[in-house]
Amino acid sequence: MSRLNRSIAVALIFCGSLTAAGAQELSGDDMRSLDGQVQEIKSDVLNIASELGNLEERLLYPSNTQLALFVSIAQDKQLRLDAVKLEIDGQLATHHIYSFQELEALQKGGVQRIFTGNVVTGGHELRVTVLGKLDNGEDFNLSDSFSFDKGVKPKTLGIKLAGSGANGIQVGDW
Amino acid sequence: MIRAPFSVIGLLLIFSLATSPTQSEELKDLYFGEALFYAHQGQYFAALERLDTELKQHNGVDEPELDSLYSYIDDAEFSLGDFELRYRMHHRAGRAIKAVLEGAVDEVVRNDAAYRLASIHFQKGQMDEAMLALQRIDGKVPESIRDNVEFLRANIYLAQARPADAIDVLQKLEGSSAFGAFAAYNLGIAYLQNGQRQAALEQLERAGQFASSDPAALAIRDKSNLVLGTILLEDAEYAKSIPFLNRVRLDGPFSNQALLSSGWANMSLEKADRAVVPWKILSEREVTDRAAQEAILGLPYAYGKLNVHGRAAISYGHALDSFRLEVGKLNESIESIREGKFLQALIREEIRKDKDWVIRLRSLPETPETYYLMELLASHDFQTGLQNYLDLADLRHKLIAWQASFDSFDDMVGIRRTHYEPLLPDIDSDFRELDSRMRLRIEQHKMLVQRRDQLLTMPRPEFLATPEEQMMLRNIEKIEAQLKNSDSPFAVSSLQRAARLRGVLTWRLETEYHERLTTFDQNLRTLDTAMATLEEKYEQYVRSRQAATHSFVGYEKPISRLRAQAQNSVQKIDLLMARQGYLLEITAIEELSARRSTLENYTDKARFALADSYDRATQQQARIGEK
Repeated sequence: MSRLNRSIAVALIFCGSLTAAGAQELSGDDMRSLDGQVQEIKSDVLNIASELGNLEERLLYPSNTQLALFVSIAQDKQLRLDAVKLEIDGQLATHHIYSFQELEALQKGGVQRIFTGNVVTGGHELRVTVLGKLDNGEDFNLSDSFSFDKGVKPKTLGIKLAGSGANGIQVGDW
Repeated sequence: MIRAPFSVIGLLLIFSLATSPTQSEELKDLYFGEALFYAHQGQYFAALERLDTELKQHNGVDEPELDSLYSYIDDAEFSLGDFELRYRMHHRAGRAIKAVLEGAVDEVVRNDAAYRLASIHFQKGQMDEAMLALQRIDGKVPESIRDNVEFLRANIYLAQARPADAIDVLQKLEGSSAFGAFAAYNLGIAYLQNGQRQAALEQLERAGQFASSDPAALAIRDKSNLVLGTILLEDAEYAKSIPFLNRVRLDGPFSNQALLSSGWANMSLEKADRAVVPWKILSEREVTDRAAQEAILGLPYAYGKLNVHGRAAISYGHALDSFRLEVGKLNESIESIREGKFLQALIREEIRKDKDWVIRLRSLPETPETYYLMELLASHDFQTGLQNYLDLADLRHKLIAWQASFDSFDDMVGIRRTHYEPLLPDIDSDFRELDSRMRLRIEQHKMLVQRRDQLLTMPRPEFLATPEEQMMLRNIEKIEAQLKNSDSPFAVSSLQRAARLRGVLTWRLETEYHERLTTFDQNLRTLDTAMATLEEKYEQYVRSRQAATHSFVGYEKPISRLRAQAQNSVQKIDLLMARQGYLLEITAIEELSARRSTLENYTDKARFALADSYDRATQQQARIGEK
């Protein structure tokens, strides 16, 4: 028994598992063939998603009323963003509470599309309220208002957050 | 032996995917930034969807240099390949990365792309292609991937059975901060492949003493000691093997195997008392582990060798109970898998939110089938199949949700049609009338502007005469015409009076010309503003009118086409999920059946050994009694 068991022990180290490897080999080719088909269906579904996105945009957010708001964090700041509230002309547009993953994605340079909606052409006011923590662990709560004009083309505004202070919230046209 | 370096591939890929060319740069393209936002959260489907759309739009614009993506196009195309790779779309990723390689891109980006392409080929087992891709690396290699490239090169050599070449590369990598431990271990394996047994043993001994606090490096250090100990054990150098096996950390991933081998090495040296210690520890560990099960059987065997037959009999009894219980669990697991519960457990949302979901899966009391599948779950093909199954489940979930969107879109279009269609004919009729009036006014405005411009270059005072003055001029002309042919004695004096009147009017027009022109210009400018407002309103109306039509016209075809495509995709996915699921289940059942077979074999051995131990214990007891 000892010799048999010892040889099993040796085989285990190099191959992981004799039985597992056997079962694996049996289905390995099938798995790889299916893998190719899975990749094809992923490609198909991505194309559908892309077309659906365009269709949705045309249908729900026509260009003459479309307003898209994006949030990013200044790359030289390590602020911890807890929540962002946006109001357009005094009406709540969105209120987003950030997960750790979302915050990390923003800190790595990602840009979040926080709101897509419709506004009529003409002048509007955007109020941005930010809650979070600064590098030094201090809580901050910052609000600022910005005016913007909506023309006949889709309007895209980027909101860059840099913590507290005069330039803590910057809004720019894109 | 060739599997040993392959076991490091998983780690290699983790390293390769940890880099991103745009990670720390501040982006000016929001849509590329949005794709990165999803990618950084591991949501590669969403990232690909956005980046793919953005790139298509960029490629479709007339003046791409004016597009915000223009400055990042290399990064964006590279990221597309990267996301596809991470979303396990190797075919498309390969194409995207090849496109980057063939484009006029920066040397650093091209070399990074070549490395990633080589990684894809390596993962697919295409070693020649992987090496060709690496050979495209030329010039400056990004610091972040320099060691990765060399480590991959060594692994390709090992997979191509070219250990001598691998040795050259690995020797230079031993000092690498990221790959030092792996290079040291793989170098030992390369020596073994190359038939340099002594060098291999020395190298594995060095790798087994690698100083590090990194958990991955510590694991590979354990593995080096385990492999070295096992080689010596295989070559019957039992005493030599024990120190290396003992170096394996008790809380590391290779601990169980090391404890088992250490027990066998001692047994082979006839030191059963020393085998009892590692086997006792091991027998109290997770009972589903292969090594632990072998130790449960080995422990009473060692007691028997120590002539402690009573204790051996009791331990064999425990082993029998334990094996019986585990065979029962395995039977339940196999049955549960046949009922489809394994696949149901895999696609549970709440489990997969945890990054260690495979490990968590094992701890669920209602999924006994997963207890024995840890080794299987760790195998590359099974993991690929499993991941594909999960991806398919996600895609299916998305497509089903979109079906509801299609229905909503249909409703929305219908409601808009019902609202607009009766209103539009009257609006269009009113607009046509208004449109003709507006066009007339626009033409008149254009004429006035033209006249003002002419007056600026060629003064014509009479053009600025008031209607009253114009009437007076016409009357003077008429009087003058009548008097010219008159025989009246007053004709001459009357003509002189008419000339004086004309003179007065001309004087006024000439002297007031600049003032009148200024007033005319000011009035025209006011009109310009009014006309601009009018034209803006006109444009707005035209756009609103178009938007009204566009809000319900032209959606039926794309919606019905997309709906059909989505339905078709769901059918394909169902088919693929069934096949993939079946393969996973079959593989899992085979694994569980094999484990059951091993346990049944152990049970038989334990049963015979138990009877033997009882006999010996009874005989021993009798002998003591006789004495």
